[in-house]
Amino acid sequence: MATKSLKARQEVLADVNKQLNILENGIFADGELPYFRDKIAETGNFPLRPQKLEILQINVGYMCNQVCEHCHVDAGPDRKEIMTRETMEQCLKVIRKTGAHTLDLTGGAPEMNPDFRWFVEEAAKAGIQDFIVRSNLTIIRANKKYHDLPQFFKKHNIHVVSSMPHYTRGKTDKQRGDGVFDKSIKALQELNAVGYGQPDGNLKLDLVYNPSGAFLPGDQAALEQDFKKALMEDFGIAFHNLFTITNLPISRFLDYLIASENYEDYMYALVDAFNPTAVSNVMCTNTLSVSWDGWLYDCDFNQMLGLKNASPVKHIKEYQEEVLQNRNIVISQHCYGCTAGAGSSCQGTVA
Amino acid sequence: MANSYYDPADLRKFGNITEWSEELGTKFFEYYGKVFEEGALSAREKSLIALAVAHIVKCPYCIDAYTQDGLQRGITKEEMMEAVHAGAAIESGASLVHAVQMMNKHDKLSM
Repeated sequence: MATKSLKARQEVLADVNKQLNILENGIFADGELPYFRDKIAETGNFPLRPQKLEILQINVGYMCNQVCEHCHVDAGPDRKEIMTRETMEQCLKVIRKTGAHTLDLTGGAPEMNPDFRWFVEEAAKAGIQDFIVRSNLTIIRANKKYHDLPQFFKKHNIHVVSSMPHYTRGKTDKQRGDGVFDKSIKALQELNAVGYGQPDGNLKLDLVYNPSGAFLPGDQAALEQDFKKALMEDFGIAFHNLFTITNLPISRFLDYLIASENYEDYMYALVDAFNPTAVSNVMCTNTLSVSWDGWLYDCDFNQMLGLKNASPVKHIKEYQEEVLQNRNIVISQHCYGCTAGAGSSCQGTVA
Repeated sequence: MANSYYDPADLRKFGNITEWSEELGTKFFEYYGKVFEEGALSAREKSLIALAVAHIVKCPYCIDAYTQDGLQRGITKEEMMEAVHAGAAIESGASLVHAVQMMNKHDKLSM
């Protein structure tokens, strides 16, 4: 398993243009599979347009203590892109006036941003309805300075959403690195201990499941049942919901698909599973994504592909919600990942 | 036309069998779909049964399909291998139980 990002290893696919080139050409250019724009045009969904803005998702940096094989951010300890306090202040201005009801902090490991706690404290004052932090769990155990994160999250009534690819050690460590499973279990137990994830409790703890390989996620409700049963029986762990998220063919997951000769079959699987019902609910229709340096994107995936949003408002400092709401969403073939089967978003299935 | 009897890409074309016999093909796929829905057995249990049978009837398409189906359902490789052993045990038992016939015949013919 790699211990550095594609960027640090200077791999070909660290270049987003190379990724876009793969997604625009090959089986799509030679007509074997339809382009996403043509597919959604069949049901009158092209161009894809936003609906009501509900979620502001802010990526506070690409640095992470893990180097997961499927990571669409290409995050890792070597990534130095970190949101500054100046950009955070620009975000806070927007958080105070946005119509969005959910603030969603992601990374990297968002907790590794040196101003993370300050930002959370300031953002919590804005009184946002649902305040999510996407935590990889192991960060809580990574260093003494992070050990009190469960209490910190509790204090600000943060909704914790954590990655957990499987309830067995083997599958988890293969995707996320040796020892990740045991540390994640310990972190979940600590979150439970301060009151997170309890059936009738207000402190929300949800888990995210990404398939650990070139296959689509199974039924979200069935997997949730399996996870709940296994984690409770084996470790006494409780949580609220499981979100299944399809791996999108970009960044490290694209690199894996190509190296393992699974790319074409995976794209066929995504296209075959295309679900028109999922199209109208894809997350780019209700979410805006802000990068560590303040640029605005339709989603975190487009952010990683360098595809800035198509409105005249490109940066958080010039934020105008009504102008942004009047944009066409930028798409490419990776978008099939969000419309396959029951659909996929940062909040799980959509159809 | 491929140069071998099995081409992995043919699995994706399975649905095309309906083109040459619409009524039977459609009825088959309806039946197939219904069989694998949640019922008295869970869809997960049925997926493991299908994987075991796939090995016993030695269908490479089915092995590919139900290995992938198992992964999607979060079925572990240990569970998959045990299912295949369950199938293999029945298959070898089916051969070995015929040895009783051999023994009977042997004894009948022997003085």
